[in-house]
Amino acid sequence: MDRNWINNWQRLKHPKPPLIKNIIYAFIFGGLICTFGQLILNIYISLGVPQQEAGNPTVATVIFIAASLTAAGVFDDIASIAGAGIAVPVTGFANSVTSMAIEFRREGLVTGTGSKMFALAGSVIVFGVVTAFVVGLISALI
Amino acid sequence: MGTYLTAFIVGGIICVIGQLLFDLTPFTPGHILTGFTVGGGILGGFGLYDRLISFAGAGALLPISSFGNSLAKGAMSEAARTGILGILTGMFELTSTGITSAILFGFIMAVFFKPKG
Amino acid sequence: MQTLRVERKIGRQSVLLEKDVMLLSSATVAGPKESLGPLSADFDRSYKDNIIKEKSFEKAECHMLEEACYLALGKARLSPEDIDFFIAGDLLNQIVTATFCARKLAIPYLGIYGACSTLSEGLSLGAMLVEGGFAKHILVGTSSHNCSAERQFRYPTEYGYQKPGYSQWTATGAGAVVLGTNGQGPRVESITVGKIVDAGVKDPFALGVAMAAAAADTIYNHFLDLERDPTYYNIILTGDLGGIGKKLNEDILAGKGYDIQPNYTDCGVLLYYPHQKVDAGASGCAASALVFLGHFYRKMMAKELRKALLVATGALHSPTTVLQQESIPCIAHAVSLEI
Repeated sequence: MDRNWINNWQRLKHPKPPLIKNIIYAFIFGGLICTFGQLILNIYISLGVPQQEAGNPTVATVIFIAASLTAAGVFDDIASIAGAGIAVPVTGFANSVTSMAIEFRREGLVTGTGSKMFALAGSVIVFGVVTAFVVGLISALI
Repeated sequence: MGTYLTAFIVGGIICVIGQLLFDLTPFTPGHILTGFTVGGGILGGFGLYDRLISFAGAGALLPISSFGNSLAKGAMSEAARTGILGILTGMFELTSTGITSAILFGFIMAVFFKPKG
Repeated sequence: MQTLRVERKIGRQSVLLEKDVMLLSSATVAGPKESLGPLSADFDRSYKDNIIKEKSFEKAECHMLEEACYLALGKARLSPEDIDFFIAGDLLNQIVTATFCARKLAIPYLGIYGACSTLSEGLSLGAMLVEGGFAKHILVGTSSHNCSAERQFRYPTEYGYQKPGYSQWTATGAGAVVLGTNGQGPRVESITVGKIVDAGVKDPFALGVAMAAAAADTIYNHFLDLERDPTYYNIILTGDLGGIGKKLNEDILAGKGYDIQPNYTDCGVLLYYPHQKVDAGASGCAASALVFLGHFYRKMMAKELRKALLVATGALHSPTTVLQQESIPCIAHAVSLEI
């Protein structure tokens, strides 16, 4: 079997992602999620939370909503349309944590939910921390 | 700190960058979101991400790149205050909310809900 | 010194059966999405939800396989004690579904792993055991479940991501078939055992392309070994190549001088309507089990089709090998059936 021939066939005949449609949906969903976040942010500020700290309860609120949508079984349906529009905001992070937590509940709260929770989201934290360590080290030494 | 319009546009553009990476590179979503966090951390190191937040508000605060920025900022500011060990103590100072609420809500959902498939 | 004479082996990969080893009965149990598809009328039992009151997707899958086995036994008017060997397999690690089903049936059990090619692998082994005089009745079973496969091979079921357009939907369902010599049904006429074919595909979503290379190789060698061409069959049926893999299979065989298009179709293409959001089509052990044992078995019993070539295809990778950047080895076994 000629691998190159198949490889070539695959490149020509494989359906390409509908790029324009995906970009439009990603822009609209991502934009709307962030606009909604801005609304939450403004509400917290108007409730007297200092402006510098209002981001924290905003993030927590958005995570709660994303976790609820995941538990209700609709997040994956929205994500199949929204793509990066819902995966790149913290909603995607919350979904990867919650979906693992729910999925492995049957393998036990400790051995399933507890240990598998960060199987997808863990790499974001690991590489974030490594980056921040390097950045912090450089800034401390300069 | 941002308006609805800047939040929409900046948030949308960041997501479009993500979508382009999803569709045009062979990387998995895990790779790409990790890349966003690293990118946010580096921009944070130069103090650029905070400027984006003050311009776009939630448009820059909600994308996962903000998580990298917060980690870097926490490490940097604590290091500036207490010396090099501050990198370790300050790392999660600003990101505590995100991680804690993700763990907590994830756990609660797992206790009460089953996967629908 | 006595040399062993192998009389029924033909060519490099094929065997020709002399006895009438027949598919005495078949039964299928389908999941929710499959029951809404174009073949819904052909399944013996259909479920509206994917967990059917069990505690886990794995238990639900096992429930379906058990049910298919008992239905097939009932149709052949046999009890588990009448069956000599139970040959079964599925997609899950350590083929737990088949094993847990065998635990309940208490029939001497041979577990096989052929991924989505399990049906034709089981039929081949079962038919050869009966032909060799080692068994009177054989029960062959296989199953797959979308959610149990998804959480093992890909992501948790509630994880949100966009699947590429060439990805396939693992079918939920189970099928079982009783092989024997006394009764009526399509007989297993010849078998071509496939080789592992590795087209160098590393993307675990591009299984249609990876498996098409194996299907084409087996079909080509089947024609070569038995000196046949595509017109010999009323229908040639691949397992779960989906729309894209089907096209590639046609193209590869056309390149070798065989035009299979007129009487060729694929189980993965037939199981769902295009609007059911399954991208390139169905995959999984249940795809060929539901389509062949449900739909085409009935057509053969009604003598609408007399000669069929079932070529179930399997991708034999694991999540570990994919992460370690190994390419995906695939296999296809061909079983020729006549009535």
